[in-house]
Amino acid sequence: MITIEAVDKHYRATRALGPVDLEIASGGLTALVGPNGAGKSTLLTIVGRLLDPDSGRVRVGGLDVVTAKPRELAKVVSILKQENHFVARLTVRQLVSFGRFPHSQGRLTAADREAVDRALAFLDLEGFEERFLDELSGGQRQRAFVAMVLAQDTEVVLLDEPLAALDMRHAAAMMQRLRDAADELGKTIVLVVHDVNFASAYADRIIALADGRIVASGTPEEIMRPEVLSAVFDTPVDVVEHGGQRLAVYYRPDAVPAAAGTGSASASEH
Amino acid sequence: MLALPAAIALAIALLAASLFVGVYDVVGAEGGGEMFWITRVPRTVALVLSGCAMAVSGLVMQMLTQNRFVDATTSGTTEWAALGLLVTLLVVPTAPLPVQMLVASLAAFAGTLVFLAVLRRIALRSTLVVPLIGIMLGAVVSAVTTYLAATNNALQLLGTWFMGSFTSVVRGRYEVLWAVAIVTILVFVVADRLTVAGLGRDVATTVGVRYEAVVLLGTSLVAVATGVTVVVVGFLPFLGLVVPNIVSLVRGDDLRSNLPWVCVGGVVLVTACDLVGRTVRMPFEVPVSMVLGIVGSAVFIALLLRQRAVRS
Amino acid sequence: MSAEASVPTVGAEASARPAAAATTRERRVPLAAIVAGAAAALFAVGLLVWGNPVPADQPGFWVIVQSRSVAVATIALVAAAQALATVLFHTATGNRILTPSILGFDALYTLMQTALVFVFGMAATQVEGVGKIVAQSALMVLFATLLYGWLFSGKRANLHVLLLVGVVLGVGFGSVSTFLQRMLTPSEFDVLAARLYGSIGRGNPEVLPWAALVVAAIAVWAWRRRAALDVIALGRDAATSLGLRYRREIVVLLVVVAVLVSVSTTMVGPMTFFGFLVAIMSYQFVSSDRHGQVLPVAVLLGLATLLGAYFVMQHVFAAAGLVSIVIEFVGGLAFLIVILRKGLR
Repeated sequence: MITIEAVDKHYRATRALGPVDLEIASGGLTALVGPNGAGKSTLLTIVGRLLDPDSGRVRVGGLDVVTAKPRELAKVVSILKQENHFVARLTVRQLVSFGRFPHSQGRLTAADREAVDRALAFLDLEGFEERFLDELSGGQRQRAFVAMVLAQDTEVVLLDEPLAALDMRHAAAMMQRLRDAADELGKTIVLVVHDVNFASAYADRIIALADGRIVASGTPEEIMRPEVLSAVFDTPVDVVEHGGQRLAVYYRPDAVPAAAGTGSASASEH
Repeated sequence: MLALPAAIALAIALLAASLFVGVYDVVGAEGGGEMFWITRVPRTVALVLSGCAMAVSGLVMQMLTQNRFVDATTSGTTEWAALGLLVTLLVVPTAPLPVQMLVASLAAFAGTLVFLAVLRRIALRSTLVVPLIGIMLGAVVSAVTTYLAATNNALQLLGTWFMGSFTSVVRGRYEVLWAVAIVTILVFVVADRLTVAGLGRDVATTVGVRYEAVVLLGTSLVAVATGVTVVVVGFLPFLGLVVPNIVSLVRGDDLRSNLPWVCVGGVVLVTACDLVGRTVRMPFEVPVSMVLGIVGSAVFIALLLRQRAVRS
Repeated sequence: MSAEASVPTVGAEASARPAAAATTRERRVPLAAIVAGAAAALFAVGLLVWGNPVPADQPGFWVIVQSRSVAVATIALVAAAQALATVLFHTATGNRILTPSILGFDALYTLMQTALVFVFGMAATQVEGVGKIVAQSALMVLFATLLYGWLFSGKRANLHVLLLVGVVLGVGFGSVSTFLQRMLTPSEFDVLAARLYGSIGRGNPEVLPWAALVVAAIAVWAWRRRAALDVIALGRDAATSLGLRYRREIVVLLVVVAVLVSVSTTMVGPMTFFGFLVAIMSYQFVSSDRHGQVLPVAVLLGLATLLGAYFVMQHVFAAAGLVSIVIEFVGGLAFLIVILRKGLR
């Protein structure tokens, strides 16, 4: 579905990303994790064609993101960035309706309206349709933005830190909805998450970046290991199992068992 | 270590040239000596005083707003001073120079406070939006000034007054400019506090600086420098913007040690522009503000494009 | 929370079938549009017939009406052009306090006029007509396309840099104009001042059809692209994700704005705050920020405001020559109030 070939990106003299080669298959939920400045958002933004790579190619659903027609791309891949600030005052329904723009160029058909309604229902926004965005809580607003990209009805959905600014309850609920979108709607969802434990609990696949390169990639079972995580984040991390979930424990590095800090990223399979 | 003395030597050389360049031959012609003292010396002193003051007040504005693209030109301060001057002359056509200066400075003070108040209210404090807002504010004030001038048949006068020029700076008219020398000295004294105040009320309070007092002090320094310069000389666009920026490009951002450089730079730039203006179309004079406007806008654009290159 | 959720619905039909309307908070035809349209029509008729020295039953009446219609048409065109230009500019820049005049077109216009009088002296007054207007507008469009194309191309495209460069160029042009003005004789300056400051009442019938054509074409274009304009207003990331070529859209928008501003400036001289006044009023009066609503309301409000101002200045204060200066004054004050009261978002 997503093919990334030898992509790299420099900011001034320093390499922010790459060279990166990566394939992400159709369907499922893929989480990009890694320390600050690892290049996660840069990679996602390049795949989402908001940023041009310095070299290399990215294809999504067979379309080259740099050269393909923007309108065609918008029916295949949508991206939601972390910061969304609009001058115009919009209601939730207006915002979500924008997701149909690639399909109808603004003249909503009955099918478009249905898609909007489905997206609103999927994110539990019924009853909030006519509220203005600035009247919503942070969690509701984030749901409205996600509803917009779902209404766009693309096979690939890219989300840059959709959990930022959400509390525990809302973050877990958001991840569950994204999980459902992958399972029930068959979307290919790629997202950047800060907290590896969310990736562990909900993702099908975790891709770990550090210093602009992919250092590990695999299922949560393969990545959620002390030696892998310690190497990726360059800090002692232990992994415990609790109720069938693998959880990274990294509070108070001095308290993490010494064995955890010595491993290398050997689980890499890419 | 020798750089600053070298810069000062350059400034002195330009000032010496300023003393001897002009239509009237002050060395050979009869009465040359007298002309020398009536026009050339006052003009040259005025160049030093206003060049220093405007460059330094630009630096003060940049410290207060923490934005390197703000000065009297891009905050509307100059336009307020002009409005103050116009009102004075419409109400009391015979108002003496000190009164004109006082009103112009007060107007500049009020205008700068308005600008700072607006800055405090806007959410979007992007480096580049702040000067845009200042310029819009200046345009508002200009609209008012134009309205007043048009209804009082003073449009052409307006153009003439505010075209910055040292032509009419002669003995008996320039002495008031010494007021701005005091401003320059005060800036040297309070520079550190201005820098702290620029970091915001919270930071300033934490380190024990009285924020309101320092902001008011900085604003009034800028207002006096701008008001007096507008009355005696006219607009000197971009001087306070271009000089501090070039200095920090060359020397980095250490404000205290940059101050003398900014002073010297202001003198050099304004003198060089004045010399160009005096010689380019002899025997006529091209107003210095026009030369500065062209040079300044060119340099400013270069700085902007450079920032764009660095940031991306 | 449940109390807030029960939103007062404006259209009963829409709330009955939620899927049928884009939103229930929107009226199909905004009230403001009706009121502004009626006011504009009233003022237009008033300007045409009020205070006509010839009684209505004589043929001379219609001669005067006809001659006045040039002024009315000029006002209407300028109002429409400024309203469209400002709203489109706000959309392109994602910012609602800047005005298109900030881009230096007024300064370029002033410079061109000043240079004309400076070079040709009083003879410049004789140079009129379509050729001059076309040449001036072409020069402005060329300047706009080159400048925006250059500044907004490549990886370093930055809208704020573009705006600031435009402003600074404007100041540079202004310096040159002021200097040239200083070199004029007082009588030449009077000629120039008459051109630069509000010549609303002295429209040029030769130019009108051309200007009308351009403004109408742009108005139709903007109306047809209203949905895309809504998307552009979401900003670069969202617009790109929704399939627009954002950079190209912005450059096209800015060039369109430049055309509108030059049409308006060529006809009546520089206006800085009129468009701002009209745009701000439209945002206040319209229940939704969609261009399908804002654009028509802004145009109609512009018509009503400018025609009304002209009517009042002419028949109440007998000072029609000062219309644009007064409007700028009021618009400037409005700007100050808005920015101090609300700040920016």
